Amino acid sequence: MSANRSRGEIWFEALAGKSLEPAPILSGSGMLGGESAQFIAVVPDAHQRFPRATTNVVGLEQGWLLAKTVRATMIADSHAAERRPIVAVVDVASQAYGRREETLGLHLACAAAVDAYASARLVGHPVIALIVGPAMSGAFLAHGYQANRIVALDAPGTLVHAMGREAAARVTRRSVEELDALGETIIPMSYSMKAFDQLGLLHRLIHDIDADAPTAANIETVREVLAAAVADARQGPPDLSSRLSSPQAQKNRAASIEVRRRLAPQWQDN
Amino acid sequence: MSAYDVFLERRSFIELGARERARAILDEGSMRELLGPFDHLESPWLPLQDIVCQADDGVIIAKGTLAGHAAVVLAIESAFQGGSIGEVSGTKIAATLELALRECEAGRPVWPVILFETGGVRLQEANLGLAVIAEIQSAIVALRRHVPVVGVIAGMVGCFGGMSLAAALCSYLIMTRQGRLGMNGPEVIEQEAGIQELDSGDRRLIWSLIGGEQRAATGLADALIEDDAQQIAEAVRAACAHGPVAPARSEQVEKYLKLLDAVDPATIDSTSMRLSWQPAHAAAPGHVTQEGV
Repeated sequence: MSANRSRGEIWFEALAGKSLEPAPILSGSGMLGGESAQFIAVVPDAHQRFPRATTNVVGLEQGWLLAKTVRATMIADSHAAERRPIVAVVDVASQAYGRREETLGLHLACAAAVDAYASARLVGHPVIALIVGPAMSGAFLAHGYQANRIVALDAPGTLVHAMGREAAARVTRRSVEELDALGETIIPMSYSMKAFDQLGLLHRLIHDIDADAPTAANIETVREVLAAAVADARQGPPDLSSRLSSPQAQKNRAASIEVRRRLAPQWQDN
Repeated sequence: MSAYDVFLERRSFIELGARERARAILDEGSMRELLGPFDHLESPWLPLQDIVCQADDGVIIAKGTLAGHAAVVLAIESAFQGGSIGEVSGTKIAATLELALRECEAGRPVWPVILFETGGVRLQEANLGLAVIAEIQSAIVALRRHVPVVGVIAGMVGCFGGMSLAAALCSYLIMTRQGRLGMNGPEVIEQEAGIQELDSGDRRLIWSLIGGEQRAATGLADALIEDDAQQIAEAVRAACAHGPVAPARSEQVEKYLKLLDAVDPATIDSTSMRLSWQPAHAAAPGHVTQEGV
């Protein structure tokens, strides 16, 4: 069933049915724990005008359309007693690499998406990222990394990283094998989702799911995890501080915590 | 003074290190460095890879005043690891912006200024670099509602990767001709897409696409300033005094979708882009110099 559908599309349709919008940005509502949530996915777009952005990447149109879609949800709920959850279904291989992209300000297009997701979170939408495929670099910053809570499938093909293996090996002048070996001991360099979980950045890692052909039970499990993440997000502040509170973060983001601990009193002294 | 004398009077900002840049921006004698080298907050990840640390991890936090108003300057040191963002250096920026936000919420506004000089994520700290950049971005969006967040891209490294998004979220962006702003560096594009897509060795072409002059002429930066410490400090002061900007550039979705719709991907280049992409909003009055535009 996955032959010509991307992970993003598979999971979007499993959770929200057919999209109201065409590729590259799917958008539509689905039920989560008795309430309606807005699901958003970036999918391949064979008809994309910008030739460097036809796959599941975040290019110029993807960035600005993500911003438009998220902001439309914010506007629709501007008078609601409770703002609906927004779920970013994350399957993004990278940002688009191209001359036109840089000329026309890809950095701003991606920033517009970051801005929209962060603004939605700040006004009270529970924003959840569901990682079902790669969550790479600038594309993940634009689509998912501003979420109150991040959950991920523990399945082949899901990963979070700042740069693809081959490119990272080139830039750091190492072989791919050396890079993988480093990832064993240096957790932030690892390409495995389990290692990412050890950084405390994940709210939940969801096991035993067929990411390419989810069963009805798989979909139900993911729905329950998303609903629980929404409930948890509503309990906490609208910032990203929950990422530093887990036992994993206490251990593997000790420096992030220490910087904050020592900066605060120095900031006060005059 | 003759043009020659003016040139000689100049004090290059680009040639200054991060600490001196921060000092040049703040009111004279007002700078107090937080988490300085004597605090020895270093990267926990670089020694594991036999890379020598720096005691400030390449980010200077400088509290002080700007035209008498409480301010904090975050200066990235390009001489250490290319200004790359690791767990400690990035957290210094995020945590400072979070403290400034708290001050603003308590009715004590602090003007935040970020001096960008970075290739983006420090690959030796990969996922934590990316994570802290997301935290920096979150803090800028939250803070920007209270005070203008002012960014400066002076050069020569420029501003790339996830930090280019952080720069784009700023209320005001000040650049020099030497500064460059883009998501993917030219070398990365050549590697990923081939030399026919972009020849990273063609410096003239690169600057014409992503250099400060082009960014200011197309509204993706607010001011183009000469490489002069005093002029840059004045531009920062003027931008701070101007107050919060709403909507910020990254909030102007309809405007930019319209501009993008009108682009023909087959023919677009830096010259044709200048015809239709005009500066978004007037920056601080009296301090915008756009010679040659």
